[in-house]
Amino acid sequence: MNAYIGTPTSRVDGRAKVTGAAKYAGEFPAGGLVHGFVVEATIPCGRIATIDASETLKVKGVLDVLTHANRPPLADKDEAWKDEVAPEGSPFRPLYDDKIKFNGQPIALVIAEDWESAKFAATLVRVEYEQQGFATDLEGERSKAAEKDRPHKPRGDAAAALARADVRHEADYVIPTEHHNPMELYATTAIWESDGKLTIYDKTQGVQNVHKFLCTVFDKKPDDIRVVSPYVGGAFGSGLRPQYQVVLATLGALALKRSVRVVLTRQQMYGLGYRPMTIERVGLGAKSDGTLDAVTHEAIAVTSRYEDFARNDTGWAEQLYSSPNSRFSHKLVHLDVSTPCDMRAPGAASGVCALECAMDELSVALKLDPIELRLKCYSDRDQSENLPYTSKQLHECYARGAEAFGWSRRSPAPRSMRDGKELVGWGMATGVWEALQMPVAVRIVLTSNGHAEVSCAASDIGTGTYTIVAQVAADALGLPIENISVRLADSTLPQAPVEGGSWMAASSAHAVLAAAEEVRKELLGLAGKMPGSPLAGAELADTALIDGSIARADDNSRAVTIADAMRHGGVERIEKEKLNQFAEDKKHARNTHSAVFAEVRVDEELGIIRVTRIVSAVAAGRILNTKTGRSQIMGGVVWGIGMALHEETVMDHRFGRIMNANIAEYHIPVNADVHDIDVIFVDEADAHINKLGVKGLGEIGIVGVPASIANAVYHATGKRIRRFPITLDKVLD
Amino acid sequence: MNNFQYARATDVADAIRLLAADLGAKLIAGGTNLIDLMKENVERPSRLIDISRLPLRNVEETADGSLRIGALVPNSDLAYHPLIEQRYPLLASAILAGASAQLRNMASVGGNLMQRTRCPYFYDTATPCNKRNPGSGCSAMDGLNRNHAILGTSAACIATNPSDMSVALAALGALVHIAGPSGERTIALTDFHRLPGNTPHVDTNLGTGEIITAIELPPHGFAQNYSYLKIRDRMSYAFALVSVAAALELEGNAISGARVAVGGVAHKPWRSLEAETALRGQAATPDHFSHAADLLLQGATSRSHNGFKVELARRAIVRTLAQAANATPQSQAHKKIA
Ligand SMILES: Cc1cc2nc3c(=O)[nH]c(=O)nc-3n(C[C@H](O)[C@H](O)[C@H](O)COP(=O)(O)OP(=O)(O)OC[C@H]3O[C@@H](n4cnc5c(N)ncnc54)[C@H](O)[C@@H]3O)c2cc1C
Ligand code: SF4
Repeated sequence: MNAYIGTPTSRVDGRAKVTGAAKYAGEFPAGGLVHGFVVEATIPCGRIATIDASETLKVKGVLDVLTHANRPPLADKDEAWKDEVAPEGSPFRPLYDDKIKFNGQPIALVIAEDWESAKFAATLVRVEYEQQGFATDLEGERSKAAEKDRPHKPRGDAAAALARADVRHEADYVIPTEHHNPMELYATTAIWESDGKLTIYDKTQGVQNVHKFLCTVFDKKPDDIRVVSPYVGGAFGSGLRPQYQVVLATLGALALKRSVRVVLTRQQMYGLGYRPMTIERVGLGAKSDGTLDAVTHEAIAVTSRYEDFARNDTGWAEQLYSSPNSRFSHKLVHLDVSTPCDMRAPGAASGVCALECAMDELSVALKLDPIELRLKCYSDRDQSENLPYTSKQLHECYARGAEAFGWSRRSPAPRSMRDGKELVGWGMATGVWEALQMPVAVRIVLTSNGHAEVSCAASDIGTGTYTIVAQVAADALGLPIENISVRLADSTLPQAPVEGGSWMAASSAHAVLAAAEEVRKELLGLAGKMPGSPLAGAELADTALIDGSIARADDNSRAVTIADAMRHGGVERIEKEKLNQFAEDKKHARNTHSAVFAEVRVDEELGIIRVTRIVSAVAAGRILNTKTGRSQIMGGVVWGIGMALHEETVMDHRFGRIMNANIAEYHIPVNADVHDIDVIFVDEADAHINKLGVKGLGEIGIVGVPASIANAVYHATGKRIRRFPITLDKVLD
Repeated sequence: MNNFQYARATDVADAIRLLAADLGAKLIAGGTNLIDLMKENVERPSRLIDISRLPLRNVEETADGSLRIGALVPNSDLAYHPLIEQRYPLLASAILAGASAQLRNMASVGGNLMQRTRCPYFYDTATPCNKRNPGSGCSAMDGLNRNHAILGTSAACIATNPSDMSVALAALGALVHIAGPSGERTIALTDFHRLPGNTPHVDTNLGTGEIITAIELPPHGFAQNYSYLKIRDRMSYAFALVSVAAALELEGNAISGARVAVGGVAHKPWRSLEAETALRGQAATPDHFSHAADLLLQGATSRSHNGFKVELARRAIVRTLAQAANATPQSQAHKKIA
């Protein structure tokens, strides 16, 4: 049954995307469509004293200017504004009242016949503020950090163990604020239907999350609103929560009783969520033999004044390194900024970066090879829960990665591997992420001509969900993949959570299997009733769908074609919907792992760093699609290069304003920064996690990459740079 | 973005007339800088005078062996023009170090000379900036100034000129041809851009109502010993932290002529006759390069974040001169610094 699962299948939506046939939220047409442009606050804290739109309204084509003072009703209670993944606190409500909570906050929506008029007219809105004192600098406000979470219970007495350690390493690592910058701009087209209902085309990672949110925020019945998002041009976590433009477009449509589109500018997208800046303090205490006796990790992270966004930055050592004593703590500093949000491998990308840099520093102090240190501390159990893993082939990642990279040829001393003007450095780090899975429902409609439509509300944020669903459906239904059409991301389709956490591949795949089994059950019923049926009396478990037929699993020649079975039964179509729930397993920990190896070349005089090679060896259970899977990891690696060397949202704390809110000045790697990337999928059979043994690949690709590069920079230069990104001025310093 | 009128100039004289008729008007060529600034409400022209179709797209040799390049020649066309590749590879290299292929396709020679600083405060109308709003103050002075100037700064402004092309043109001794209400004139590229002084809002010596019609390269192109090295925060598609255009004339290992211009360090491409004179007659050795770098960077000052640029510039000058002397110019296509 595995004609497609595990193969390098090309994206089923690839053609539509490269030819422009795929439509995105800001591209759906509607009769009489009008356009909203957002006016943003230019102060970080205070209130709007006056807002005067009289000049704006004089501009030809301008229809309305919505502000807190004249908008249609919005829900009053926090509960109504809490979406599926909202953190604790009081969610931000656009155009709700006169309060300014962050720079770049939307304070008005200018609606005009065309976008250009709206944009021009928006410059004429006159706003007077009452400024209040504010703070936006995490390091300046560090002393105000208050503990929010302890990802895991402390074990033993970490402080005492650290104090008595033979070899001790303690340091702060600073990860700056970073923004997602997906290629597609945030956009919503709210279509006012003739019956007064709304169809909302939105850029989001979860249509049902947005649907429920809009229903509560606007006090609507579920049938009044439909949210659709067939394609998403990247989101990386920024689209997990409903973003403010969807509220504004909906407000506009309700105010004008017309279809309204709101597209944010690139600059405005810096007013959405971001990866929070963190100061990561890691302490490692080792015995002289290289085993760990203490691990401490404290993260101090920025959040807004109104919500407590906190992720698991600090707990990862519990999964990776065995140590009798450990203590973890996540602290927050509330500042006058918008709430952070998830960004690829939230928590782990930052926290594991710090941990893995610290492990490298410890290996130097112990005079141990970095891999050897990690193997000495290798943990077969998740120590926080004291559980074994469903599978953990991390040691294979180290072995295969090291071999492919040529690690054994590394000379350990820093600055010892020169090539002309460049210092060569080799570094490595471990990656870890969770293997999550969620309830998802799928509907399959099989027609007697052997075609099937598979549908589900899940989003494909560019990760390949369309393709995975088609592959699994093709195999489960025994049909060629060309005969499968997939519909996703419509709130009226069967239930799915937001697409995030790397859970969608496993979750949607098993939902497809479950629905396909229902289809097979019905087909068996039909086929079994045929006169002289080769399947008469067969149990469901003894059958499979193969090559357009239902057959006995042990003897494929005893089969009835789908067409015959359906014709005989007099049915044209079989429609089945099934919600798949994963069995609860409290006896295992579930994680994906990686070992990342980096080669850097640093121009000794000029400080220029090039990442000339990366080998990423990943253990993530069964890989459903080795082609899209490899792309996913490569994308993570490229982002990791950016996190190590380029990415940083720079704020002027005197104004509380982001000063590089555009992608000319907010740097991500360009082609010239990316050299060889070798992705290895380590075999990892997993009999516990789920039927297919799938774990998911969305985030693991980035984790560990920044640390491997930082460690390589140290190896090249002898300089330990603990403040990211590692720019050339820091190398020269 | 504001509402504006649009007019297409029929010839240079028409463009000058249109400029004179509306003091708020601006010329638009490729639009890659002007439109960005309009989107940010930094530039708010009352009228755009579109010069992109004027016949200023020729690259022609003049009788004395100079090369005259029309103001509307696209940056890409210029970089790949056979005469530029053969005779002025330093210019080709500098152009290819800038922006991206798509931008270079749109960008014109005149627009490139006129492009404005990338100082983030200049772009953000919610912050004070003397260049954008004279008298409002300089936010960069005590703010974020990692990529600001170290030479020729004033108390009013520490911005840099971001052009790569101009750095090579400065080294090559290019001339700028200008037409205006009172006729035509020519000024040296090195006199074209200004230091900020008390008038940082005035970037260049182009007068009101004037238009750049061409640039002119003198016959000597330093095609043997040259290099353009651009140091930036990623390997491509970023503005210079420091860039160096170096051109040498060598007799054996002795320097008989030298040009060095430094970008990313001042409000204009930075040259020092003293440094160039000091190189003349000397052997092409690191010591002499280093001495020239010291002379070039005489008087360098820095603010809180850009101190590293002084030493970086020194090293970059030495490296670029070595690349030029060794006839191993920096490649703009390889993912590597030579
Ligand atoms: C993302 C990005 C990255 C970039 N990176 C680089 C880089 O690394 N290095 C670099 O050097 N440049 C870089 N640039 C800038 C680019 O080179 C300039 O935008 C371009 O050269 C401007 O040319 P243009 O024809 O588009 O000018 P326009 O935008 O049309 O005009 C710019 C200005 O010049 C004036 N002007 C135009 N033509 C004339 C004329 N003939 N006479 C008088 N005035 C005139 C206009 O009135 C306007 O004020 C970058 C730009 C962007 C957007
Ligand atoms: S350096 Fe110049 S451009 Fe920048 S803020 Fe100061 S005055 Fe403005």
